[in-house]
Amino acid sequence: MADQVLANTGRLARFIFRLDRIRIALWLIGLVIFTIIIPPAFDNLYKTQAERDAITETMANPAMTAMFGPGDLNHYTTGAMTAHQMVLMTAVIVGIMAILLMARHTRADEEDGRIEMIRALPSGRLSYLNASLVVTSATFIGLALFTGFGLYALGIESLDLEGSLLYGATLGGTGLVFAGVTAVFAQLSESSRGTIGWSTAVLLIAYLLRAITDVSNESLSWLSPLGWVSKAEIYSSNQWLPVLLMLAVSIILMVVSNYLNSIRDLGQGFIASKPGKKYASRFLQSPFGLAFRLQRTGFISWAIGLFVLGASYGSIFGDFETFFGDNEMYEQMLVQAEGASLVEQFIPTLMIVIALIATIPPVIAMNKLRGEEKKERLEHILTRAVSRTKLMGSYFVLAVINAFVMISLSALGLWSAGTSVMEEGLEFGMIYSAAIVYFPAMVAMIGIAILLNGFLPRMTHLVWLYFIYSFFVLYLGNMFQFPDWVGQLSPFGHIPQLPIEDAAFMPLFVLSIIAVGIIILGFIGFNKRDLQN
Amino acid sequence: MSVLEVKHLTKTFGKFNALYDVNFDVKKGEVFGFIGPNGAGKSTTIRVLLGILKATEGQVKVFGKDAWDEAVDIHKHLAYVPGDVNLWPNLTGGEVIDLFVKLRGGNNNHKREELIKKFDLDPTKKCRTYSKGNRQKVALVAAFSSDADLYVLDEPTSGLDPLMERVFQECVMDVKSQGKSVLLSSHILSEVEKLCDRVGIIRQGQIIESGSLNEMRHLTRTHILVDTKQSITALEEFNGVHDIEETENGLTFQVDTEELDNVIKHVSQFGILKLESAPPTLEDLFMRHYEGNEKQGVTTNG
Ligand SMILES: Nc1ncnc2c1ncn2[C@@H]1O[C@H](COP(=O)(O)OP(=O)(O)O)[C@@H](O)[C@H]1O
Ligand SMILES: [Mg+2]
Repeated sequence: MADQVLANTGRLARFIFRLDRIRIALWLIGLVIFTIIIPPAFDNLYKTQAERDAITETMANPAMTAMFGPGDLNHYTTGAMTAHQMVLMTAVIVGIMAILLMARHTRADEEDGRIEMIRALPSGRLSYLNASLVVTSATFIGLALFTGFGLYALGIESLDLEGSLLYGATLGGTGLVFAGVTAVFAQLSESSRGTIGWSTAVLLIAYLLRAITDVSNESLSWLSPLGWVSKAEIYSSNQWLPVLLMLAVSIILMVVSNYLNSIRDLGQGFIASKPGKKYASRFLQSPFGLAFRLQRTGFISWAIGLFVLGASYGSIFGDFETFFGDNEMYEQMLVQAEGASLVEQFIPTLMIVIALIATIPPVIAMNKLRGEEKKERLEHILTRAVSRTKLMGSYFVLAVINAFVMISLSALGLWSAGTSVMEEGLEFGMIYSAAIVYFPAMVAMIGIAILLNGFLPRMTHLVWLYFIYSFFVLYLGNMFQFPDWVGQLSPFGHIPQLPIEDAAFMPLFVLSIIAVGIIILGFIGFNKRDLQN
Repeated sequence: MSVLEVKHLTKTFGKFNALYDVNFDVKKGEVFGFIGPNGAGKSTTIRVLLGILKATEGQVKVFGKDAWDEAVDIHKHLAYVPGDVNLWPNLTGGEVIDLFVKLRGGNNNHKREELIKKFDLDPTKKCRTYSKGNRQKVALVAAFSSDADLYVLDEPTSGLDPLMERVFQECVMDVKSQGKSVLLSSHILSEVEKLCDRVGIIRQGQIIESGSLNEMRHLTRTHILVDTKQSITALEEFNGVHDIEETENGLTFQVDTEELDNVIKHVSQFGILKLESAPPTLEDLFMRHYEGNEKQGVTTNG
């Protein structure tokens, strides 16, 4: 029986590994390097325990807890600092990696008809799913070992062997959990976009649940797999229980995915599809309407996600007041800065993160144009009476509206949650202007996507590299004390930090002019080049 | 009057020469067959004339307008069906048809319903559930329900069943009878033979033969089956006679069209009981050209 169902799993696993070896290697190398360059940098920047203790003062508040999770602030060694600052964020990236790797060889291959061919060969019904699970699991075990021994090999005193291995195991475990989550959604959903969308939603909810509970009631964070990452207390008390939990959950999820796969037909999901419309609505019958229709689900999901993200950050403002109310030293330290209120001083820190995350959906919306080209669907549009300018323009306008809606909704979320938990309430205009001021930078990112599409269509994904750069330097900029120009290489580095800084007009104006320039260039490029897949 | 004119068209991808000095034209009211083996450059040519690819060199004019610069104007009067129809998995066939018709600027609901019925398509199903043939039907319905002057069809029937192929042929005849022009790239030779007034054969990026089927037949051989009272002698001494074979029903051979007269005169001396002749099929033409150099090598040697 097992022979029939799992025949040739090993061979298929080797095949999948061959297909993905470069992709996997790049992810692993990137993550390991990203992890092991941090402790020496911290070691260099904060040479003494006194310096590290000084930084804990700015860390011990709810905004930071919401972002980084709890840390061992009383014994803030280089190790504890690395774990506190880095492990959660890295775990989120590992989660995204797991989702993307796992969706590729489950629903995506099924949707494109490749699994059909595999199934016609003498391979078992469950072989391909399990081959894919084997490859992904091996990848994350590799990640755990490389990261663990890599950290230990740095030879920094506070990075002991057990802590380092636990660090790696936590990341690997997170990967396994989200590989399991994705494997389950690959059975439930009928498309690869749905698979990725649902799994990412779980990741986002796990993060937000953790953020809220870490601030309000830490024991409730046990409900979120990302909460377990901080519960491991790496480089302090080294708890292995969270890793065991991760292993148990991932095994359960993988078994469930096998079960679901065995009771469904190839190509089907569990959400039954109903007959659709016989005629196209009036709205659909234009390039703009089509572009919107294709992204509608993603658009709505992101909009909800960003509102919730804003609201989660806003909901900690209440704890904020209690926290600082009890702590006179903070009050003195912070209030001296230009008479801004306590909450106002933390808004720029939160806003940069929100603005960066709100930039993801508009850039996806713009890159969808290239995605359609790759699937040879632009031909249908361009061989009718639609010019390239109009086509790209439709996607551009949609991306700009997307950016506006996303940043506005997250500001609205932040304000509505914040004002309801704070005694004195919050002024909407203040929050909104601190958010919308990032709009020109978001449009500039859309512009980069257009420019790449116009001139280097096979490399439109490079925009994400630039995005990650922006995220890295602005999110961690203060910690690493980078020189100013490092941040200014990103459009987000030029945005005045309202409300503690003045709304300077010049940088916004110059940024907008540059954005318009590259957008025009990109349109010209798109008008001049061949379509190619 | 030419609806489509391709002059000295060359297209290179990097160093690879996909098309080299391609010339042909499609006249108003005619169906032009575009045939050639896989990878010959048919789709590339069609993409250039649709303004999807930019010509490296040469001129492509549709309705007298430049295919690249005036693509939008051209496309208002042109309908296209690709060979590989990729659709949006979560739109229904009906939605896609409406979208396509609308994007061209036309609107012919009556025709739409009639064609959906003729092609036996369920427009309420999502494209994800369509087979290749059904996706092709979506593109065909969208194309033929729009009121175009030039129909560009790139292997449009490769996924259709014989019944649907017949419907397709009726659609082509129908537009032809209205004086519209069609460029039909196809692998199904019987279809090309039935529908096309003229054909162009392309191989390795070059047009190696073009003209009306009658003209082209002239260049090839007629199949003859003959039964005579006395057995035929000295037939093999004729220059243009090939593949002589003795069968139960008589002698079969092929004869070059320009030698036909002499050969028949010779054969008739032996008392004809039965004579059948078949015109060269497109397949003969096709095979002769496709097999290309190897075959030519053999004939010159032998
Ligand atoms: N974008 C491209 N880049 C490189 N080579 C291409 C590209 N498109 C087509 N080709 C090559 O050009 C040749 C002609 O292809 P095509 O026009 O699709 O042939 P067909 O006659 O089968 O439609 C093939 O050898 C193909 O590999
Ligand atoms: Mg082709």
